[in-house]
Amino acid sequence: MLAFNFFGATEGGLFDINATLPLMAIQVVALTYILNSLFFKPVGNVVEKREKFVSNNIIEAKNKLSEVKKLEADLLTQLQSARTEAQRIVSEAENESDKLYKEALELANNEANASKEKARLEIESQTSAARDQLSKQADDLSELIVNRLILEK
Amino acid sequence: MFFNSLLTNFAALEVGQHLYWQIGNIRLHGQVFLTSWILLGALLVFISLGTKKMGNDPKGLQNLLEFLWDYIRDLARTQIGEKVYRDWMPFIGTLFLFVFVSNWGGALIPWRLIKLPSGELGAPTADINTTIALALLVSLSYFYAGLSNKGWRYFEYYVHPTPIMLPFKILEDFTKPLSLSFRLFGNILADELVVGVLVFLVPLILPIPVMFLGLFTSAIQALIFATLAAYYIGEAVEEHH
Repeated sequence: MLAFNFFGATEGGLFDINATLPLMAIQVVALTYILNSLFFKPVGNVVEKREKFVSNNIIEAKNKLSEVKKLEADLLTQLQSARTEAQRIVSEAENESDKLYKEALELANNEANASKEKARLEIESQTSAARDQLSKQADDLSELIVNRLILEK
Repeated sequence: MFFNSLLTNFAALEVGQHLYWQIGNIRLHGQVFLTSWILLGALLVFISLGTKKMGNDPKGLQNLLEFLWDYIRDLARTQIGEKVYRDWMPFIGTLFLFVFVSNWGGALIPWRLIKLPSGELGAPTADINTTIALALLVSLSYFYAGLSNKGWRYFEYYVHPTPIMLPFKILEDFTKPLSLSFRLFGNILADELVVGVLVFLVPLILPIPVMFLGLFTSAIQALIFATLAAYYIGEAVEEHH
């Protein structure tokens, strides 16, 4: 083994290399296995389990968020379509009522015109009847006058 | 020589002295193992306390451990890449924790109060054996990572982008462990020496800012070691196009 005096030491010295070296190496290798089973594996399991748990939760939350957004968009489109439907129904109803109003107005107008016409015709017929009667009476009267005049003569 | 006498005067620092354990034919630096067992024991107790009751809502120590785990994962992921960082995260994390605990334990605990027959307790990373062991493990790891991920195509890395790079890339395989081990060893030892000398000369107040600087350096060195190890592994598994 390499050994020489250094700093005036009687034996060994700073660079005294002996069986301490391989034994220390074996000790460190043993320590690696011990620390692996006592420290690195158990702590690693716990930390990695937690990291997995957290990342899974984040993924789940993201999925839920996207689902919520999709549902929100769905509802929005439904709302939109409901609104347009409502508008359509309102305008339809307005048209209908307008139509009905116009129809009723026309009907009433027609009726009024018809009764006016009827009244006019009646007035006309009555007028002509009265005129006929009048002319007949005038004839009768004139005949009477003629007869009386003839008789007097 | 003045310098030599100055150094021998610092015998109180006991630089380069070790507590030798003799097992059969092999000799070990006992103080390195003692401190590393104490510090790693504390680390393991801390970790088992923190991971005992783990729930989905982190409480108390679990928060700290999860922060640490996350920090190491980020380090490994940025340097090694999304594809294989999982395989190497325990190794990078162990390097980081080992170096960090050793550096800070060496700086924060007043080891000097415990008297040893020879040498003194201190940061395990202030011993060249420890840092070379770590650096060689890093070298083996990046070779293994490259070969297991890309098979023989790993050696394309040596002629990438041109074959002129071949000698430099081969040289790099030697300089990587050398720089890794000596950087860590030098920084931690220098910090211990500076604090030791200052405490020896002026035992009051003056060493405190240097101690804080030492804590800062210790943390940075742990980060640098782990980052470079991860970077070397990442370089080995990277796909060239």
